[in-house]
Amino acid sequence: MSGVPGDPLEVLPFARSRAVETFAELMFGPKRLEDLANEARGETRKNFGRTMRLFAPLYLSNECVNSCQYCGFSKENPIRRVTLNLDEVESEAKYLAAQGFRNLLLVSGEHPREVPVSYLAQTVKRTVGLFPSVAIEVAPLATAEYREIVAAGAEGLVLYQESYDRAAYAEMHVSGPKRNFDERLGGPERGYAAGFRRIGLGVLVGLADWRRELVALAAHVSHMMKVGWRSQITLALPRLRPAAGGFQPRVAMSDRDFVRAICAFRIAFPQAGIVLSTREPAKLRDGLMELGVTMMSAGSETDPGGYTGVGKGRLHRTVRGREVALEAGEWEGAEATEQFEVSDGRSAEELSTVLRSRGLDPVWKDWDRAFAE
Amino acid sequence: MTSQVATQKGWKIGDREFQSRFLLGTGKFPSVLAMQAALEASGAEIVTVALRRVDLTGRKDPQADMLKEIDPAKYLVLANTSGAMSAEEAVRLARLAVAAGLPKWIKLEIHPDPRYLLPDPIETLKATEILVKEGFTILPYIQADPVLAKRLEEVGAATVMPLGAPIGSNRGVETRAMIEIMIEQSQVPVIVDAGLGAPSDAAEAMEMGADGVLVNTAIAVAEDPAAMARAFRLGVEAGRMGYEAGLGPTQRTAMATSPLTGFLDE
Repeated sequence: MSGVPGDPLEVLPFARSRAVETFAELMFGPKRLEDLANEARGETRKNFGRTMRLFAPLYLSNECVNSCQYCGFSKENPIRRVTLNLDEVESEAKYLAAQGFRNLLLVSGEHPREVPVSYLAQTVKRTVGLFPSVAIEVAPLATAEYREIVAAGAEGLVLYQESYDRAAYAEMHVSGPKRNFDERLGGPERGYAAGFRRIGLGVLVGLADWRRELVALAAHVSHMMKVGWRSQITLALPRLRPAAGGFQPRVAMSDRDFVRAICAFRIAFPQAGIVLSTREPAKLRDGLMELGVTMMSAGSETDPGGYTGVGKGRLHRTVRGREVALEAGEWEGAEATEQFEVSDGRSAEELSTVLRSRGLDPVWKDWDRAFAE
Repeated sequence: MTSQVATQKGWKIGDREFQSRFLLGTGKFPSVLAMQAALEASGAEIVTVALRRVDLTGRKDPQADMLKEIDPAKYLVLANTSGAMSAEEAVRLARLAVAAGLPKWIKLEIHPDPRYLLPDPIETLKATEILVKEGFTILPYIQADPVLAKRLEEVGAATVMPLGAPIGSNRGVETRAMIEIMIEQSQVPVIVDAGLGAPSDAAEAMEMGADGVLVNTAIAVAEDPAAMARAFRLGVEAGRMGYEAGLGPTQRTAMATSPLTGFLDE
């Protein structure tokens, strides 16, 4: 594959496909970006219409047993932690529903004791009444555990591989169950087998050579489209933002390359959903609205309790698995620590206004629980 | 605008008569206003609405109430089950749609594959059978498969809706040869659905003798959806007029002016 150092697929269990070749040709070939953008816009309109689906993340817990160099929730970080109880989850959910959202993403750190599968299933049950569509983004689970979440009413699974580069993956995930690369890689297929209908794949841009990472992501998308032919596949390529712990992205990707990647994915995989979070700045998000992105979040908070302030009374630090009370002076104005800094802080309403001004209809509800009940 | 449709004969689906042979989908539009303008310009009497975009709880959720934007006195709202992957799901949705106050008319779409949205013939037949028995008027979206069309007719489908090409592809009547057989054999209306990208595609389907066409993407994503809706309407009307007027058979070779077999009479 020209333009890509080495063979990014050599150590991955994905077959080559025409779509992956197309992606690489568009991404690294001589075509002008402006031409790609034109084609990408046409494909987006044809397949998704002049619309944008909106969703919001709800962070359940920032407890985590993993140590990952780039993540604010990493267990070594002396951050303020909390796991929301079910009433608190419902308060946060109600707030988001009142903002207009009908598509919810439940997010949590990995902590089998604080955040067990039974708890996750309960949070789904608490929120499906408010949201026609609920997805989860948590540590990879076994098929039977995924079934429990699906039975509770969740419809979407988001599980980013973070990095497809085994060496970088091993280096970044210092300790904890997340070190198991292959278990994570197999998660989306297990989720599909368990009955999730929307499956989100992704790579964190900034951990390893992004050219290789993007080709690997393309191969994963292509693979899942064959294996999980009944599911809607979405993809994302969030660029790392500074997080607690002081991590700085190692391999920067320019805005120009980022836009090119969105266009290339759109053309190579015309029917794949492309997700763009509030990690990216407003100007770039606005520019990408028509070029391939089909799903956006808005007004996001990336800490548990971030929307309504619930859970504040139980903030603590976690040291070697034990809760440690905050010092007296630490309580003033304290909130749970966020996973990453949001860059685009506009509310759902503000984003909707921008979408409409660009001739795009914001779509809040595009799914109903009744389909799968 | 006065309609040329008035000069053409009406047609029936089930026991209901319609003048317009043009059905419109309501997805993918840049705004509600653009959708409404397109509906108006299309002259359509039947519009489809995806149930996944509608609030089925009866709470009239303002974030998901496409129905309030469509005047039920002007248009027959045809709920479509897009998103359903099996007969069981489609049947449940159809019942919920009625419970939510929608007419007992269903555009039956069962596509397990969310990429090309190709219809599942087995599940579609099963669901049609169940829903017809429950008194629904069923318009199933199907592959251009003449045998499947007859099987659906036998279990009581009100129409058959073969695809011209995959949904959203704008590729026109790629399944022409099969649709010709369906039109020849069918005792229920044949409505060409999906893939029609230009007014000339709609005209082509109508010239072939299709009873109607359904369009969505090509209109919704046009720079001027209302103008495109009008263009399609004219395409549908022109095609129908051509069909009714009796198109001459097409000739593949030039006809010799002197008969080639004249010597037999000499």
